[in-house]
Amino acid sequence: MHRARKNPFNTMGMHGALILYTLIALFPVFVILVNSFKARKAIFREPLALPDSESFSLIGYQTVMRQGDFFLYFQNSMIVTVASLFFILLFGAMAAYALAEYRFKGNLLLGLYLALGIMIPIRIGTVAILEMMVATGLVNTLWALILVYTAQGLPLAVFILSEFMRQVSDDLKNAGRVDGLSEYTIFFRLVLPLVRPAMATVAVFNMIPIWNDLWFPLILAPSEETKTLTLGSQVFIGQFVTDWNAVLSALSMAILPVLILYVIFSRQLIRGITSGAVK
Amino acid sequence: MTALKLTNVNKSFGEVQVLKNINLEVEEGEFVVFVGPSGCGKSTLLRVIAGLEDATSGEVAIGEQVVNLMPPSKRGIAMVFQSYALYPHLNVRGNMTLALKQEKQPKSLIEERVVKASRMLNLEPYIDRYPSELSGGQRQRVAIGRAIVREPKLFLFDEPLSNLDAALRMNTRIEIANLHRQLGASMIYVTHDQTEAMTLADRIVVLRDGRVEQIGSPMELYNDPSNQFVAGFLGSPSMNFFPSDFVHEGGGHTFGVRPEDLNLAEDGALVAKVSHVEQLGADTNVIAQIDDLQITARLFGQHSIEEGQELRFGFKPEKAYHFDRDGLRLRQSNIQGSS
Ligand SMILES: Nc1ncnc2c1ncn2[C@@H]1O[C@H](COP(=O)(O)OP(=O)(O)OP(=O)(O)O)[C@@H](O)[C@H]1O
Ligand SMILES: [Mg+2]
Repeated sequence: MHRARKNPFNTMGMHGALILYTLIALFPVFVILVNSFKARKAIFREPLALPDSESFSLIGYQTVMRQGDFFLYFQNSMIVTVASLFFILLFGAMAAYALAEYRFKGNLLLGLYLALGIMIPIRIGTVAILEMMVATGLVNTLWALILVYTAQGLPLAVFILSEFMRQVSDDLKNAGRVDGLSEYTIFFRLVLPLVRPAMATVAVFNMIPIWNDLWFPLILAPSEETKTLTLGSQVFIGQFVTDWNAVLSALSMAILPVLILYVIFSRQLIRGITSGAVK
Repeated sequence: MTALKLTNVNKSFGEVQVLKNINLEVEEGEFVVFVGPSGCGKSTLLRVIAGLEDATSGEVAIGEQVVNLMPPSKRGIAMVFQSYALYPHLNVRGNMTLALKQEKQPKSLIEERVVKASRMLNLEPYIDRYPSELSGGQRQRVAIGRAIVREPKLFLFDEPLSNLDAALRMNTRIEIANLHRQLGASMIYVTHDQTEAMTLADRIVVLRDGRVEQIGSPMELYNDPSNQFVAGFLGSPSMNFFPSDFVHEGGGHTFGVRPEDLNLAEDGALVAKVSHVEQLGADTNVIAQIDDLQITARLFGQHSIEEGQELRFGFKPEKAYHFDRDGLRLRQSNIQGSS
């Protein structure tokens, strides 16, 4: 192990592989970004060329800004994603804690029932969901999306988090109980900070599919005021003509917020505040 | 006044009965140690006393008050855990003051107690550090400090020293003994280290499979064990046991002799072949075989004994302990006359 790390060829090989992987992973993003700054003709003539003084054009961004209420879509996507993640993490962590910490009748069954959702895609229930949303008058509200995404994310969240909650030291929780902390304080102040890396993992897992989803916005909230970014961008993709400048520009701008959220969560992934708590 | 009284306490996890009919009284100011092999229910008993587990049946009374339905924080106890269990998001001061703040004690009182406890445990230089910035020994002292500031009626320790290295363990053991003298509070201490048990305890409770085997002062248990388990559990190296027909005197099923009571004798009853010798300077431990049976003798001073050598061991008849088929002590044996 130690020798391997010192060996320069190994180090080079490892870095080489990682760099190659990074390049492959970033390539599509790079192409989208580069082409979003080019005129339509230049996109098709030389898709890999960087924009130069001749081909440079902001026409895509201008179209996006002019057409539709792009900032509203943006805001909608952000609200839906952040609110869904918040509820997934909150309820997922609470359920996971209850399953991991308390002994009660049907504990195992309830855990299995909650985990079942991992295997059954929520889209199967689209018709029923739509009927329910119509009945409750939630169609064309952001709440419809938030509720559906929360339901969609919970099973995996409960599954992953309860595994991590089981690993939180019993002694620490018991110390809190002896010191007179309420179960809620123990949960929020002692347990949650210790499973923060797991929470960040769950958040990252859930964030991308929610942000990118087209299905539920199209069915449950297609109105102009509730359109999400993905749905809003669809106006540029026609059956016969597609405004590639606009599509690429919209996509480029859509990447940004996900990137910011990801940076926030991944810092949590790395930070190890567990050290010193026990042992 | 009794600090703690357990009456017919039982605890089951589902089908498994972990504690079986435990009865125990702890006097005010007493230091009681629970010992027993791993998995015998020591921690579970401690947690039942603390209120972290409910007893399946039976009564737990702390300071004359039945506390079965009282939450841990109201029982007037403080607990020190094996894994320290410090709050990672709070510094040393925060760790020590949390319980008092929770009880809404006045600031001046909290400050006074923190100063007192940190002086007692030499924690003053670290008072603003976080647990991750402390060594193992310092963390354990903080955990003890966190218990002290509450000035509880009863301290509960669950193997507090088992994560420390040998030297630190000895120092902390002495510190805990001093603490007990200074505070005069009742303490219950769980360990499976018999040195800790013998050196700290006023009284030892020996547990096996969720049952109390014997309760008594360390010397009572050492000199007068009431069964084969207690006889074998206390004392190091542990007692040698022989089938009774090995020597043709005495009754019972088994008899036991402590290693320190075996001595070299020309006319000894036991002929053994030495398999290993441990020279400790002040003592020599001889491990020898009598056919398939392994015995240990602890000889005072230094002896030059070779492996493979044949030795004859003898013992004074009054130093032998006799047990019946079920391991119960036979005190009226015809050799000893009386016990
Ligand atoms: N929550 C639980 N559910 C089921 N069984 C349990 C539970 N807690 C403890 N036990 C069982 O109860 C028995 C006693 O456990 P306990 O932790 O009290 O042992 P111990 O004497 O403290 O052992 P050690 O010296 O290893 O700490 C063990 O057999 C254990 O498997
Ligand atoms: Mg234990």
